[in-house]
Amino acid sequence: MKHVPELESARAFSAEGRTVRSTEDGTLNEVDENAVEAALSLGGDEVIAVTVGPAPAVDAVRRALQMGADRGVHVLDDALAGADYAATATALAAAVRSLGPVDAVVTGMAALDGLGAVVPSLLAAELDLPQLTVAHEVTHADGVVTIEREVAGATETWRAPLPVVLSVTDVANSPRLPKMKEILAARTKEVATVSLADLSLEVGDVASRTQVLEASQRPPRPGPQLVTDDDGQGGRKLAEYLISEGLI
Amino acid sequence: MATALVYLDGDPRESALEAVTLARQVGEVVAVTPAALGEDAARTLGRYGVARLVHLETGGVALDAPAAVGQALADAATQLGATAVLLGSTFATKEIAAHAAHHLRAGLLIDVGDLRVHEGRLAGSKRAFGGTWDTSCAVTTECGVATVRPNAVQAEPVATPAEVQTGALTVTAAVPAGLELVGRQEHAGEGGRPPLAEAAVVVAAGRGTFGDFDAVHELADALGAAVGTTRDCVDEGWLPHDAQVGQTGVTVAPRLYIGAGISGAPHHIGGMSASQTIVAINIDAEAPLVEMADFAVVGDLASVLTDAAEAIREHRGGA
Ligand SMILES: Cc1cc2nc3c(=O)[nH]c(=O)nc-3n(C[C@H](O)[C@H](O)[C@H](O)COP(=O)(O)OP(=O)(O)OC[C@H]3O[C@@H](n4cnc5c(N)ncnc54)[C@H](O)[C@@H]3O)c2cc1C
Repeated sequence: MKHVPELESARAFSAEGRTVRSTEDGTLNEVDENAVEAALSLGGDEVIAVTVGPAPAVDAVRRALQMGADRGVHVLDDALAGADYAATATALAAAVRSLGPVDAVVTGMAALDGLGAVVPSLLAAELDLPQLTVAHEVTHADGVVTIEREVAGATETWRAPLPVVLSVTDVANSPRLPKMKEILAARTKEVATVSLADLSLEVGDVASRTQVLEASQRPPRPGPQLVTDDDGQGGRKLAEYLISEGLI
Repeated sequence: MATALVYLDGDPRESALEAVTLARQVGEVVAVTPAALGEDAARTLGRYGVARLVHLETGGVALDAPAAVGQALADAATQLGATAVLLGSTFATKEIAAHAAHHLRAGLLIDVGDLRVHEGRLAGSKRAFGGTWDTSCAVTTECGVATVRPNAVQAEPVATPAEVQTGALTVTAAVPAGLELVGRQEHAGEGGRPPLAEAAVVVAAGRGTFGDFDAVHELADALGAAVGTTRDCVDEGWLPHDAQVGQTGVTVAPRLYIGAGISGAPHHIGGMSASQTIVAINIDAEAPLVEMADFAVVGDLASVLTDAAEAIREHRGGA
């Protein structure tokens, strides 16, 4: 699960080049709801929601619990502030390992704030598991998961026996909407807060391999040069604009 | 001199030549491919300053799983002493990049639009948060892996074409236990149009078409553009998922993006906000995409697109 700033909220970087986060505008990364739904439909004994992030990130886990996950794990450690892809994946993989053998690690296809879309692959590499990623269709039978995905102008079908790392798109399923009863029940579900030490990780293990050099807000767009087609000349004016800008 | 690997999945397209042009900023360029390419490809690459062209020899291991390709590429980078490994920026290449970075224990930069060496380390810049912020990032490791966004630079030949050395490189690669590619079906190409993710011009249209894309195709043909759309149109079955621009579709960053009958939901904007020039056509002057555009026409998209296509054909014909 990833806790991300609300898509519609004003988003910013701090002086250290980190995403500014607060509880008020945070939410569960939207396609992670598809991941929870996929995990629930795999039909295992238990679904555990795991996140790495600062204190407000627990809200993302809570959302998964409302949807039906059984318990949560929140990896919370100051040393993870500003964690890059590699550091995040290392911490997540350690959290997964600490749970003992699992059948599947399920994620959303991408975090819709940063759109890196690499943590699922890094997790698969860290855990040395086959990856079935960007799945728009998932089927599971007799311990074998089959997915369909669309990449680079082709539809691919991949298959692997459990355990796997699975990442799903927003059309893989329809995430259930928790009812009031489930929302209330989720309050009593356990969320374990674990530190790096609890995961037998040292600060050096999660050292970021990238460093933000600069983050600056772009000047607001000046607004469009606006023409109307009331006179039926809109299309011609558009063509003239493209020609004058050297775009044709 | 430092060595920069550029991974190409086949004959060099425009986007690969752009990546090579960027790679020249950070080292001597070695192009790496999963299978041997022909002499034409080598000559083209030479014109863009590629010094070596090597294909990966795995001893029979198929290079289709991202994990296997990433491992092979990492091994090549180690053998060649590369300080940079560059790939395109699609879901498939990002997966390969992740595995390569894992094996190299290298810093990973995703979706950069430029490259440079900062204090001896690979650095690059990208737009963030729906195009409202510019960020730049350096790796802290000796070698860096980066995915490069198409259209960020113009591919530029070098003054003196290089004599390209070609050959195979034996590398280690393994497919994770039990993982199997059961089937792969290439989609029929869109009538000679460029691939959406790499296109320099994108004509996208949304729900405002009510399913009739004739005028959209007409303008795309006049411009040599790729056709994009919104998720709602894919859900309606009007266009295939390949054409979806946005956070859960294809990320595009063309020189020119034209969005017709698209409201500009954050999900859509997240996938096109790095476009250089943005044009909107909408009956609603207050649609978010109109507000963020450089140029906008308020009107019915069918007539605007058709008239624009006609004017462009005339211009082309007369030019
Ligand atoms: C998890 C999730 C992921 C998503 N991912 C994506 C994604 O990757 N990409 C994406 O695009 N969407 C995505 N969406 C959907 C997104 O939120 C919007 O619903 C979608 O982008 C809206 O599509 P639209 O602009 O075509 O339609 P609408 O919002 O209905 O807009 C239609 C526009 O057409 C205009 N119009 C109507 N008639 C005409 C006419 N005759 N001429 C000119 N203009 C006209 C209207 O004024 C309006 O502005 C996602 C949603 C979710 C929940």
